[in-house]
Amino acid sequence: MYRSNVLVCGGTGCTSSNSELIIEKLKEEIAAKGLEKEVNVIRTGCFGLCALGPIMIVYPEGSFYSMVKVEDIPEIVEEHLLKGRIVKRLLYQETVEQDTIKSLNHTPFYEKQKRVALRNCGVINPEKIDEYIAMDGYAALGKVLTEMTPQQVIDEIKASGLRGRGGGGFPTGLKWSFAAANEADQKYVGCNADEGDPGAFMDRSVLEGDPHSVLEAMAIAGYAIGASKGYIYVRAEYPIAVHRLQIAIDQAHEYGLLGDNIFGTDFSFDIQLRLGAGAFVCGEETALLTSIEGKRGEPRPRPPFPAVKGLYGKPTILNNVETYANICQIILNGAQWFKDMGTEKSAGTKVFALGGKIKHTGLVEVEMGTTLREIVEEIGGGVPGGRKFKAAQTGGPSGGCIPASHLDVPIDYDNLIAIGSMMGSGGLIVMDDTTCMVDIAKFFLEFTVDESCGKCTPCRIGTKRLLEMLDKITIGQGTPELIDEMEKLCYYIKENSLCGLGQTAPNPVLSTLHFFRDEYMAHVVDKKCPAHVCKKLLQYKIIEDKCRGCTACSRVCPVGAIQGSVKQPHVIDPNKCIKCGACMEKCKFDAIIKE
Amino acid sequence: MQKKISSIPFNGTAEQEAKLKEIIAKHKDDPGAVMPVLQEAQEVYGYLPIEVQKMIAEGLSVPLEEVYGVSTFYSQFSLTPKGQYNISVCLGTACYVKGAGKIIERISEILGIGAEECTADGRFSLTACRCIGACGLAPVMTVNDDVYGRLEVEDIDGILAKYMA
Repeated sequence: MYRSNVLVCGGTGCTSSNSELIIEKLKEEIAAKGLEKEVNVIRTGCFGLCALGPIMIVYPEGSFYSMVKVEDIPEIVEEHLLKGRIVKRLLYQETVEQDTIKSLNHTPFYEKQKRVALRNCGVINPEKIDEYIAMDGYAALGKVLTEMTPQQVIDEIKASGLRGRGGGGFPTGLKWSFAAANEADQKYVGCNADEGDPGAFMDRSVLEGDPHSVLEAMAIAGYAIGASKGYIYVRAEYPIAVHRLQIAIDQAHEYGLLGDNIFGTDFSFDIQLRLGAGAFVCGEETALLTSIEGKRGEPRPRPPFPAVKGLYGKPTILNNVETYANICQIILNGAQWFKDMGTEKSAGTKVFALGGKIKHTGLVEVEMGTTLREIVEEIGGGVPGGRKFKAAQTGGPSGGCIPASHLDVPIDYDNLIAIGSMMGSGGLIVMDDTTCMVDIAKFFLEFTVDESCGKCTPCRIGTKRLLEMLDKITIGQGTPELIDEMEKLCYYIKENSLCGLGQTAPNPVLSTLHFFRDEYMAHVVDKKCPAHVCKKLLQYKIIEDKCRGCTACSRVCPVGAIQGSVKQPHVIDPNKCIKCGACMEKCKFDAIIKE
Repeated sequence: MQKKISSIPFNGTAEQEAKLKEIIAKHKDDPGAVMPVLQEAQEVYGYLPIEVQKMIAEGLSVPLEEVYGVSTFYSQFSLTPKGQYNISVCLGTACYVKGAGKIIERISEILGIGAEECTADGRFSLTACRCIGACGLAPVMTVNDDVYGRLEVEDIDGILAKYMA
């Protein structure tokens, strides 16, 4: 037994801000003080509050140290771990209330959250199967194999109302029942961990923080549909997740929780990892299965659906990581428990990756039906730097931008679609008034043009034409007619593309057109970019009254576009100016503006 | 995505070839072996020149066009050699709205190369990558295995200087 447990986040965010060095230093200092037998250092998965990384929590007190530096470690070990005096100065300040220290769960960031899929992330050491088992791990698999028939498992998942967390929102139990109904000598269970949506890292955090929950759920799915083999298709860009998954698979084998005759029954199940190689389209289920077969990850028409003809032509189910992370809890707590959370049509919780212009970037899990305002303002802490909230982007390149006027919409699958966006996998990027909506639409189109696999023409050529139109608008060559034409093309691409990538690719354009048409019009009619982002539409100007003639700007200008003599107001020649902004940064008197 | 194809002559060693043969032998009987073999081959050679693709095609008894098709399909496979230091700037959404565009512009300016290019001395190569999932630290770049987060344009000169010496 240890007197104190020190949990240090070993997720990708905190590892990037050097939590490995902190663990090393902690161990070194603890050894130097002879506390190895009293204090345990544990590398956990993601706590969620990535903005404050590296993160460290000391139990039993629950003291939450944020943005820890290696230099702080000796003090923390000496004062806190040896002498029992919490180093308040280094704590996350929202947990310090005058003289008392609040539990992390009572800070605004955590209070509104409900952690089901993330229940073990930041709590257990993901590289130790015993810690997972101590948290009821593999109890659900045991229950399923010894007490339930496959049909009962499917019925339970159906009754829970769980819908696919990868974005589509298809009822999971229904998907399983289709695959179960198809007789075949071999069936497969797939896990989609190809989280390609830029700005989303929910699945990565589950894999890094609680890999066994995915393995266990896949085995349960295997039992339910009658499959003996599973594949996890995971992005190669997630080295920590891949590493921990492999450890988890090996440990599960060692304990007899994967492999032959699990729990002494005649059910056998094995899982293999397949690494993706960076192709967004592989998030589409038929493309992913083709990629597991080692080919170009191109989608194919459905039907036949994978539940009928999937991997190697056999019945296959494919679920997303977060979907699996919910399964074991449903089996253990019952369908009703799950159904009681969330809204009528979208049961349970959803994990969101909060990013962009928001104070608490990180990972949050909330009940379905929570409003965007609660997530952005209360949990996320709002937009920093006194800027104004402009839009929240959900669903990545397939989704849309939600403006401030819709902040009070309760989030669930159907509501988001109704306002022109989609749940997507859970990326939620906040934008403030310095973001140009035309530019952001262009950013996503560049992404889809790059990632279009090229198999079908509407997507391959259509997205390219769409991008060219957007480009014209951002360089001042747009007309109102072009906007109408663009809108038409959007609907054409949506209706005629083969797979989800093309069918949703125009969404960023359509949703920004719908909510921010004024901004498009400003670009094409006034030839101005209201957010001052589109360079070609910008003009730098010197305000005569404010200019002291210090010549700093003319000296820094790389193209000699600024003229004027000492102590006289300077002037920028708009024909020479390349709009690099160097002068504006250099001016000490705020005499240079852009408009 | 359009792939840049290297014109630098191939100079693989016998040692590398032996390793490649081992990899091929290990996966030969797996269904869907092409991707894992290409991934491991890229670790050995640093990139996938056509010579390596030919060896893989022959070794796995798969048409070269299929190997080439796969290696040009996925963004992780590179047909150009990487520099001694590969700089990867994340252009995921979270990083983009926090100014990653300006970061990559500045690097390009200093090194005189664009994305997916390598400096003439082979020291630096520049890649624009999709989300690496460190969105809490946006904007983010990596130089080989070192991660730099919460970047400002002003930081770039200092960071690159570390690798120029």
